[in-house]
Amino acid sequence: MKQSEAGCAGCETLGTPEQQAKLHAVIDSSKATPGCLMHILQEAQGIYGYLPMSVQKVIALELGISLSEVYGVVTFYSQFSLTPKGKHRISVCLGTACYVKGSDKILAEIEKELGIKSGECTADGLFSIDTCRCVGACGLAPVMMIGEEVYGRLTPDKVKGILDSYKQEEQNA
Amino acid sequence: MTIQELDKIRASKKELIDVRRLVKEQAEKLAPNTGYRHQVLVCGGTGCTSSHSLKVIEQLEASFRELGIDDVLLVKTGCFGLCALGPIMIVYPEGAFYAQMTPEHAKTVAEKHLVKGGSVVKELLYKGTVHEDGSIIPFAETPFYKKQMRIALRNCGVIAAEDIDEAIAAGDYMALEKVLTSMTPDDVVKEVLDSGLRGRGGAGFPTGRKWMFAKASEGDIKYVCCNADEGDPGAFMDRSVLEGDPHCVLEAMTIAGYAIGAHQGYIYVRAEYPVAVERLKIAIGQARKYGLLGKNILGLGFDFDIDLRLGAGAFVCGEETALMTSIEGHRGEPRPRPPFPAVKGLFGKPTILNNVETWANINPIIVKGAKWFSSIGTERSKGTKVFALGGKITNVGLVEVPMGTTLREIVEEIGGGIPNGKKFKAAQTGGPSGGCIPADLIDTPIDFDNLVAIGSMMGSGGLIVLDEDTCMVDISKFYLEFTADESCGKCTPCRIGTKRLLELLTKITEGKGSEEDLVKIEEIAEHMKSSSLCALGQSAPNPILSTLSKFRKEYEDHIYNHHCTAGVCKALLTYQIDKEKCIGCGMCARNCPASAITRTDYTAPGHKLASFAIDPARCIKCGVCLQNCKFKAVERK
Repeated sequence: MKQSEAGCAGCETLGTPEQQAKLHAVIDSSKATPGCLMHILQEAQGIYGYLPMSVQKVIALELGISLSEVYGVVTFYSQFSLTPKGKHRISVCLGTACYVKGSDKILAEIEKELGIKSGECTADGLFSIDTCRCVGACGLAPVMMIGEEVYGRLTPDKVKGILDSYKQEEQNA
Repeated sequence: MTIQELDKIRASKKELIDVRRLVKEQAEKLAPNTGYRHQVLVCGGTGCTSSHSLKVIEQLEASFRELGIDDVLLVKTGCFGLCALGPIMIVYPEGAFYAQMTPEHAKTVAEKHLVKGGSVVKELLYKGTVHEDGSIIPFAETPFYKKQMRIALRNCGVIAAEDIDEAIAAGDYMALEKVLTSMTPDDVVKEVLDSGLRGRGGAGFPTGRKWMFAKASEGDIKYVCCNADEGDPGAFMDRSVLEGDPHCVLEAMTIAGYAIGAHQGYIYVRAEYPVAVERLKIAIGQARKYGLLGKNILGLGFDFDIDLRLGAGAFVCGEETALMTSIEGHRGEPRPRPPFPAVKGLFGKPTILNNVETWANINPIIVKGAKWFSSIGTERSKGTKVFALGGKITNVGLVEVPMGTTLREIVEEIGGGIPNGKKFKAAQTGGPSGGCIPADLIDTPIDFDNLVAIGSMMGSGGLIVLDEDTCMVDISKFYLEFTADESCGKCTPCRIGTKRLLELLTKITEGKGSEEDLVKIEEIAEHMKSSSLCALGQSAPNPILSTLSKFRKEYEDHIYNHHCTAGVCKALLTYQIDKEKCIGCGMCARNCPASAITRTDYTAPGHKLASFAIDPARCIKCGVCLQNCKFKAVERK
């Protein structure tokens, strides 16, 4: 339900002229390659941060395929998002190696600290939480990623300090 | 590039690579010929970069400038395997193995070891390489490395991962040269068949037969694919090969293209592996520039090119037909087989798909011969297998051992045993498609067939060690949550079966299970195995079936006694305070997030303050009181 609501809100805009130009450039350059839809969606998500319905419509139109096909692919893969993500995207690894070392407790602590659940974004747009299956840094289990930064050998009591450092950075900026 | 030019590169860098492979004395003799006093190899794989190895490299560069060191070569490699000790740095020709490096440590090593006349900084070495009397043990002689045999990982942690010249000098493209100059496509297929190589992605299908079928298929267009969608959580060997030696995969795919008559390859790689993706892009670019990919390879008349395709986070795309559907740009749903991909695969054309580790074995098979390869391993599983050791084990990391090595050797000798004095309970192999091997089977020699016989499977090679604190019902539930989440929904047995199994397991972990539920679980599991469309659904019940057969008592304990031995299933736990031991300090009450702990009016003999008690109705079973009590008065039952 939530997803479709956000999608409709997204219908109104295709972003800045710069974003639009980038999107069209991506579509034009990869259109001819067989199986290009995934690549275009990945690039589009890079441009917009997520995949609003308006963007999906443009892609469907340009590729001459139905919107339902585009939407079907978007909702199939966990990497694609229909809703905006936070400025700092937290991703907690729930792969086996991390799970047996207590990553569920790390996730619970982050959720408690930020007052949101996995899959949600804080009201100020600063953080969003997701879970992932193995970033491959099993030697450091349990791990989480914030943006591109990997935090390893975590314990629940380390969580607050890490999140605070991002909040602090934001206040200083 | 011609073969002569290739040889020239090999010759020019040969000694440089040899220094990293030889034992200390020989390496020291050879080192002056390379023009470098020292070679410093720092791991640039995901494991070590996550613990900030790149900052170590930056610091070394800065220190070199500062100290005027210009005859030390700094090399960013792939994974050394011992990820638990990252960031790792090895200095040659001594073979000094520095572990858990920080920029400060790097500065110290530069100042004391890498300067002219410097010597090894023993305090910073990996402890396992320093003998009690202070002498240094070569790292190849440590328990972690000693029993290993590196075929697929031969170049990982040896060469600069982004330098094609080093890859060539280390032996990459030697097999391609041999194939294009002296072997017919039939010879190539026969060599791979004779080697006995079986697919390392999970099912263990003979690679040579796959190639033979695809070669026999009629068609002017054929494809070669690489499965680098390593989705099994806890497995990271494919990532390490791609990060440490990407050219070995490109080379092997080109050889397969020559063997079956294909001119285009695709590597389908997880988007969650940014470092691997980047290194592949660099490697493909370099190979094209050198004429090792593209038209007229090595001037010998064969055309082959490779493109990358990025996954987008769907476990089912590791299944071969789903992977191909995904490359075609659709929802990654599997297709019924037959027709098999060797007949009708990608874009409807004959296709072979092999996993990264399988590809990594091709070069040695061609160069050293099928006979050599088939002399390693067990009767029906040849060669080596890479395992990603994880979970409750001291030496978390990547190990490659000959097939037939026992689980005990891997866990106790190579893995260094279980930390914190805990007891080994089981090893999980094969990820969400596999099962658990209990302690009484720890001496089983590991190969494809033995693992199936004891109710598990090889899978891609994730090996997660579980100790006594792991609840087997909970771990099955964990895997079912995974497969229920990742089921693509195309076929009913998998879509609904995973969901129902998860519900039943959840019931049991909440203490609401009944004997009937175990019967139902077995019934659903059988149906899923026999009627799901692809391996995801067919193997999804394996974690339950294997734990149910080997650890049935734990299930029964949850059902009949409402008790979780490992103390994991929250709904079945109770926390109590022993009023005789409680000194009344109040640490527990102050830290209780649910305000469930209050003071009673009982004071134990010998104590000054009244004891505390937990209100079970308010307790959320978080265990904070247990962690905070210094007097062992809090008990978990």
